[in-house]
Amino acid sequence: MANPDLSFVRAEMAGVQPPPRSERGLGSWLRTNLFATPVDAALSALAILFLAWFLPPAINWLFVNAVWTGPDRTVCSTVAQGGIQPDGWSGACWAFVNAKFQQFLYGRYPFGERWRVDLTAVLFVALLVPLLIPRVPHKRLNALLFFVAFPVVAFFLLVGGSFNLSFVETPLWGGLLVTLVLSFVGIAVSLPLGILLALGRRSNLPVIRLLSIIFIETIRGVPLVTVLFMASVMLPLFLPPGVTFDKLLRALIGVALFETAYLAEVIRGGLQAIPKGQFEGADSLGLSYWQKMRLIILPQALKLVIPGIVNSFISLFKDTSLVYIIGMFDLLGIVRQNFSDATWASPQTPATGLIFAGFVFWIFCFSMSRYSIFMENRLDTGHKR
Amino acid sequence: MASQDIAGSGRESPGVSFLYDPKIRGILYQAVAFIAIISLIYWIANNTVTNLQRANIASGFGFLKGRAGFDISQSLVQYTSDSTYGRALYVGFLNTLYVAAIGVVTASIVGFLVGIGRLSHNWLIRKICLVYVEIFRNIPPLLVIFFWYFGVLSVLPQARESLSLPFGSYLNNRGIFLPSIIWGDNAGLIGIGFVVGLVLSFFVARWARKRQMATGQIFPVYRTAAALILGLPLLAAILTGFPATLDYPKLGTFNLSGGMQVKPEFLALYLALSFYTAAFIAEIVRAGILGVSKGQTEASHALGLRPGPTMRLVVIPQALRIIIPPLTNQFLNLTKNSSLAIAIGYPDLVAVGGTILNQTGQSVEVVAIWMAIYLSLSLVTSGFMNWFNAKMALVER
Repeated sequence: MANPDLSFVRAEMAGVQPPPRSERGLGSWLRTNLFATPVDAALSALAILFLAWFLPPAINWLFVNAVWTGPDRTVCSTVAQGGIQPDGWSGACWAFVNAKFQQFLYGRYPFGERWRVDLTAVLFVALLVPLLIPRVPHKRLNALLFFVAFPVVAFFLLVGGSFNLSFVETPLWGGLLVTLVLSFVGIAVSLPLGILLALGRRSNLPVIRLLSIIFIETIRGVPLVTVLFMASVMLPLFLPPGVTFDKLLRALIGVALFETAYLAEVIRGGLQAIPKGQFEGADSLGLSYWQKMRLIILPQALKLVIPGIVNSFISLFKDTSLVYIIGMFDLLGIVRQNFSDATWASPQTPATGLIFAGFVFWIFCFSMSRYSIFMENRLDTGHKR
Repeated sequence: MASQDIAGSGRESPGVSFLYDPKIRGILYQAVAFIAIISLIYWIANNTVTNLQRANIASGFGFLKGRAGFDISQSLVQYTSDSTYGRALYVGFLNTLYVAAIGVVTASIVGFLVGIGRLSHNWLIRKICLVYVEIFRNIPPLLVIFFWYFGVLSVLPQARESLSLPFGSYLNNRGIFLPSIIWGDNAGLIGIGFVVGLVLSFFVARWARKRQMATGQIFPVYRTAAALILGLPLLAAILTGFPATLDYPKLGTFNLSGGMQVKPEFLALYLALSFYTAAFIAEIVRAGILGVSKGQTEASHALGLRPGPTMRLVVIPQALRIIIPPLTNQFLNLTKNSSLAIAIGYPDLVAVGGTILNQTGQSVEVVAIWMAIYLSLSLVTSGFMNWFNAKMALVER
């Protein structure tokens, strides 16, 4: 019997087959992502019910039924409330935000002088954007301009009183302007102070370590409201009689001190993560303490804690809203103050104003957190365990 | 030996000043810092004393015995406007504790649910939880409080047109009106039953653990504990013939009478703090569960454990170690954020203290009391959580 040769070697590759029908298309996606198990299906059904209950009224309120323009409160209230809308109507009163928009940005800053705020804002953006984009060169000069020259220019522009600019006292400031001034100064002051305090807490000198610990733990243990109260009520007591202090400056001191303590703890985490060999290596090279910190330790430590630092900045930005409690009008404060404006008081006004303020805060905080993720990925040198 | 000689002779050599000795330098620096701080404190104290004398404000805590003269809208203990300032502060302190305690429990529950939801296989649930976290993490807590207070609770209908909720409750712009329970005679037995149930469950759990360690047999601890904790009070209630009646709120022309009122200030603060903190707790829980390596789950499946026990016995105990320290911080943050109550008039420690500060001008003392109380609250909470953390931590041999 002839023994046929059964061996078979394929000469060419088999063609690429499409995945089975059950793994393709919308049906499969739904099966794996929404209805994998009975429990999953029940959860999905609940979620869909929740969305169906929540989303249409929300969209209706926000956009469909909303009033976009109008002269006063009548457009945003029902007939029973003294307005023109039919009874049972409910919708966002964007007309209120529209009418008060300038005030939300500048507070009571004089109309004729608002170009100064705009100019400061343009300078701020023009210096900040190249600083944030890693590819743009001249970082050192840029940072110097942003952190040293810009505050000086901004101070003379916003406060005035010299160079032919009229003096604008800080009680007239308000809205987003105050929020941004507080956060910028808070960040610019608290970062260097926080680094110093963190170094103090890791220092070998017991007295300095103890003083740093007392400061950090006291501030971290109390709410910001009490620190602000202390800054606004007690600072005048601490100074020689007759020396008065600007209210905004007092709030700035409170916010900056508070943030310093939190930043110091974040940076200490980074310092602790640096292996001992790095310190010893720097010592054996004969570097002085400050050279060692500036050239070897801090660049590594700060890089490690960038997410933590940005998180602190985000919370600082949110915390600036608390100055409303000591009688200042930042963005949230000025929105809140306008609820009682008789021209616009209606049941829909508060929710609309707060949603607007919330949206502005959200944009700032969300972009900060996205940027921190971007930087973290960029600076990741692959040494993480 | 040579190197020692050089090091030794280096110090002796006349060209090198003793200022280059790091030890002496350190002492010098510390002395300078110490003197600077002391003189700063002395200067501040001096100024404060002068300023207080000029303003004719007596320092010291004697003012605490004075008559307060203002009313507090919500108080857990007896308080009238004739009570002392000290009593008013005590009421404020209890209110702070009250809203913080309830807020911590709610925020933990919501936070754990959302955190687990963010890891769900279900796309819809995952996205809803993501949106929740990203919204609440990025807006200020004060804004959330205002939103609940001015945006939602203030625009509810008036008492006459109250919305009726299940179980005979009503909702209007004065808050939620719930039925209150009026305990009859012997009602204490129900409480005793509850406590006995708790204690018995504790001992059962200890005995079951010991037995499992010795013999490997598993005892249904959770079911037994549930039966004890729920069953004993129920038994006591049946034996005493249900000595409790419900007092339902009754709708009047202008207001509701009877029942129990939850004020909108409390409700707004409580909801805002819980929802805000829950977003942070959710992220902590998610990071904790992701921090347990996948090999642990796979090994547990290889040992034949089903998904439920895998989660309960393998993943969660390890995740808790990662979760607890940041969770402590969030609890403390919630407690500290409760001081935002002052913005909507919930009488917490800071709000009451602020009123006293305005009435008496005793700013130094009031701020000192605030700081002392919040610092000790922080210490107690972190002390407890450290103990819990130590209990949960990996025991290394």
